[in-house]
Amino acid sequence: MSKFKKKTSASQEIPTSALPDIIFMLLFFFMVTTVLRETEIKVEQKIPKAEQMKKIERKSLVTYLYIGKPKQTEKFGGEAKIQANDVFIEPKDVLLWVAKEKDKLSEQERDKITIALKVDSEAKMGIISDVQQQLRKANARKLMYNTRQLVNTDKENSLL
Amino acid sequence: MARNKGRSATEVNAGSMADIAFLLLIFFLVTTTIASDKGLSLTLPPEKDDAEEIDLKIKERNLFKVAINSADRLLVEGERMDDYTKIKDMLIEHVLNPGNNPELAESPQDAIVSFKTDRGTSYEIYINVLDQLQGAYYQIYADRAGIPVDEFRALNTSNPKERAIYDKGKGDIPMAISIAEPTNIGGN
Repeated sequence: MSKFKKKTSASQEIPTSALPDIIFMLLFFFMVTTVLRETEIKVEQKIPKAEQMKKIERKSLVTYLYIGKPKQTEKFGGEAKIQANDVFIEPKDVLLWVAKEKDKLSEQERDKITIALKVDSEAKMGIISDVQQQLRKANARKLMYNTRQLVNTDKENSLL
Repeated sequence: MARNKGRSATEVNAGSMADIAFLLLIFFLVTTTIASDKGLSLTLPPEKDDAEEIDLKIKERNLFKVAINSADRLLVEGERMDDYTKIKDMLIEHVLNPGNNPELAESPQDAIVSFKTDRGTSYEIYINVLDQLQGAYYQIYADRAGIPVDEFRALNTSNPKERAIYDKGKGDIPMAISIAEPTNIGGN
């Protein structure tokens, strides 16, 4: 009798002490791989969807411009605005802004600068074309319109 | 033995540690937005004074005209259109011109898309139509390279092997999508 009793007294639990370590490793992995956003976006960003997307080839050459209706409408009005880095700029300031951004790149890469436009889908083409004219003047002619992936279900819905 | 008396388990119960770590992990997953670096790429034409010397006359038949007004209505090749998803097939036919139709492009190399918008046109429809136009060209390229369109778009041009497939597809057909300066009827 006592012989059996001894056997059952052995711990039946599965050692889970390594589980937190695994989870922490996952957590650290995520914390290291995600980049914290440097700029706070002050305009609305409902990015339109498209199918024919391409990846940006060299991320180091990309600078972002955010265009859309300001989130604080009572302060900045309801018209679409351009946000560069942390401030709102006028279309005519784009030239200067591009020059500053180009200075951050090395000499040979300056003309390869890509401007990624993150534009709210409710914005009008007027402001976009103003920006494009300025970008042409600034000789920053590579553009990227940021879009989200169009899924097939969206297509069916839009046709209805 | 006195050693074991009263403290048979010296371990700290760390079972909830995993839960805490999970909570932290989920918090991070929810709060971080993964930056999207994908979209439609486009190269703007050079400034006017550089372009003036190459002021070529383009034959009317080579032009594929798309215009959108301030009410987001489409005019494609002189006809009103409601469903923009048809543009893709129209453009493929225009560029390749399989039946040698005298109204379509002389050759794929000569075909040019003229895309005109109004200042009041919404950005969303602009992207939708641009998506169709680029889709038509990628379809042509991918067919020539003999791979699916998704694969063609994902080709990495800095890798020589993939570059060869890309060149085979693209060949000498330029993606000639010209964004004309917008009209100013819708205003803004």
